[in-house]
Amino acid sequence: MEILGYTFMQRALLASTVIGVVCAVIGVYVVLRGLSFIGAGIAHASFGGVALGVALNLNPLLTAVVFCVATALGIGTVSRRGHVSEDTAIGVFFASTMALGILIIGLQQGYNVDLFGYLFGSVLAVTTEDLVISLILALIVIGTVALLFKEFLFISFDPEMAEVVGLPVTPLYYLLLTLVAVTVVLSIRVVGIILVSALIVTPAAAAQQLTDDFVQMMILSVAIGVGASLGGLFLSYWLNIASGATMVLLATAIFFASVGFRRLRGASI
Amino acid sequence: MNPIIDIQNLDVAYGDNVVLESIDLQVQAGEFLAVIGPNGSGKTTLMRTILGLVDPLRGQVYVFGQQPGALGALRSRIGYVPQLMTVNFQFPVRVSDVVLMGRYGKLGLFHRPGRTDREATRRALEQVGMAELANRQIGQLSGGQRQRVIVARALVSNPDLLILDEPTTGTDAESTESLYELLHRLNDEEHLTIVLVSHDVGIVAQHVDIVACLNRRLVAHGRPAEILNSETLSCMYGDEAMLFGHGAIPHMIVERR
Ligand SMILES: Nc1ncnc2c1ncn2[C@@H]1O[C@H](COP(=O)(O)OP(=O)(O)OP(=O)(O)O)[C@@H](O)[C@H]1O
Ligand SMILES: [Mg+2]
Repeated sequence: MEILGYTFMQRALLASTVIGVVCAVIGVYVVLRGLSFIGAGIAHASFGGVALGVALNLNPLLTAVVFCVATALGIGTVSRRGHVSEDTAIGVFFASTMALGILIIGLQQGYNVDLFGYLFGSVLAVTTEDLVISLILALIVIGTVALLFKEFLFISFDPEMAEVVGLPVTPLYYLLLTLVAVTVVLSIRVVGIILVSALIVTPAAAAQQLTDDFVQMMILSVAIGVGASLGGLFLSYWLNIASGATMVLLATAIFFASVGFRRLRGASI
Repeated sequence: MNPIIDIQNLDVAYGDNVVLESIDLQVQAGEFLAVIGPNGSGKTTLMRTILGLVDPLRGQVYVFGQQPGALGALRSRIGYVPQLMTVNFQFPVRVSDVVLMGRYGKLGLFHRPGRTDREATRRALEQVGMAELANRQIGQLSGGQRQRVIVARALVSNPDLLILDEPTTGTDAESTESLYELLHRLNDEEHLTIVLVSHDVGIVAQHVDIVACLNRRLVAHGRPAEILNSETLSCMYGDEAMLFGHGAIPHMIVERR
């Protein structure tokens, strides 16, 4: 285990654990509220945000946060106010924000290798600055969920009744979208823009196969998420393969195992 | 005393389609009111307007003296049983979790449910005869059992006003009877104000103080014996409808062509 002695590996371990936890927690609401496609849309929007950061010479994660939160709220507003369905709104934002990113890159002089790190993730290249930003964002997400645990559950399960009993359903929904956006951004350095939504959805979906209890689903999701991200980190290091992809494929394997487990258990009852 | 619900000259429309017109209706504290009317007559829309889920086109609605949009904390004094529960029944929540949600408004943001909330949940489930199934996942119930859970969720916050939109759809005769018994008891003993939407003229005439007959407009409003006559019924259901007494229970028949 001498690899743990390297600072880059320690940073990678910490970053993987953090995103394993945060993606799994937010993923539970994403899966239950049916926001998977929004997650994917926001992830693609982050490409525009990252490109903007690179062009303006700012930390791309910071510009991506602003960009993704704006996109998330844009999708929410257009689908609630306008005469378009949610998935149409996502489709529109999805492509346009990505196109914006491509345009901005095109305007740059020369070729920017660093962007590939954001597209596909490179956990071993995580800098201390990235790590600090990720940690702060993670604390914001986890803290908000801890405070509004029951409210997010209620608006995900039955938004109309939540409104009737007096919860501020629309602001809570926008807040949840914002948290999804923040989660996407804090994860893209490790798993990459293209794969991040899988790391949000898959552990929660696997956990849902294993239990009928909300709190247990949350706990299992976190266990699976951390297992997949740490397992993926070590596997990718030893086998010298892409870390983000390994994490996602590991989570997918766990998902299929969970589906199989549920079927077996169902058959035995 | 001020009425619990005060509706003045209310019009409601979906787009250009006016579905409620010139409604004037007051519900006094402690009243047990039934709203009846054919499909599409606007009963659900009226309930949703009272709850602030639909905005009036014209006119005024006051609940506990406030406009529905401005009820704020008063919302937790209303219990609501919707006609259709459009939720994902695969959701990993148990029967007791669903009922407990009825108290979230009373609890307020950030607060965790405590002993009193769990106690109230247990009591509400007992009232509807669902205490044994408290730990079942919500999707593993029959339609009628789900309906009773939803009634329990409406009761769990000890509301002063209970609005039920066809709460006995899909429940068997015995559960229907015990629900009416429960509503009677809450109305008598705890002075609960009840607004009940129903199709069943016979059952309604037997159980409630006041009936409101709705068909886009308020066709009639008063004690069942006074207003449930062939004139109001034909106004609601067409000329083929008639009422006949059979023992104590009035029945309605509608002639088919
Ligand atoms: N969300 C909606 N958008 C547009 N029109 C609606 C909507 N909900 C109801 N309507 C229309 O409003 C009218 C009244 O509907 P409402 O649901 O209030 O009737 P109802 O009396 O509750 O009927 P039912 O006995 O079938 O429950 C109907 O003509 C219906 O088509
Ligand atoms: Mg209705």
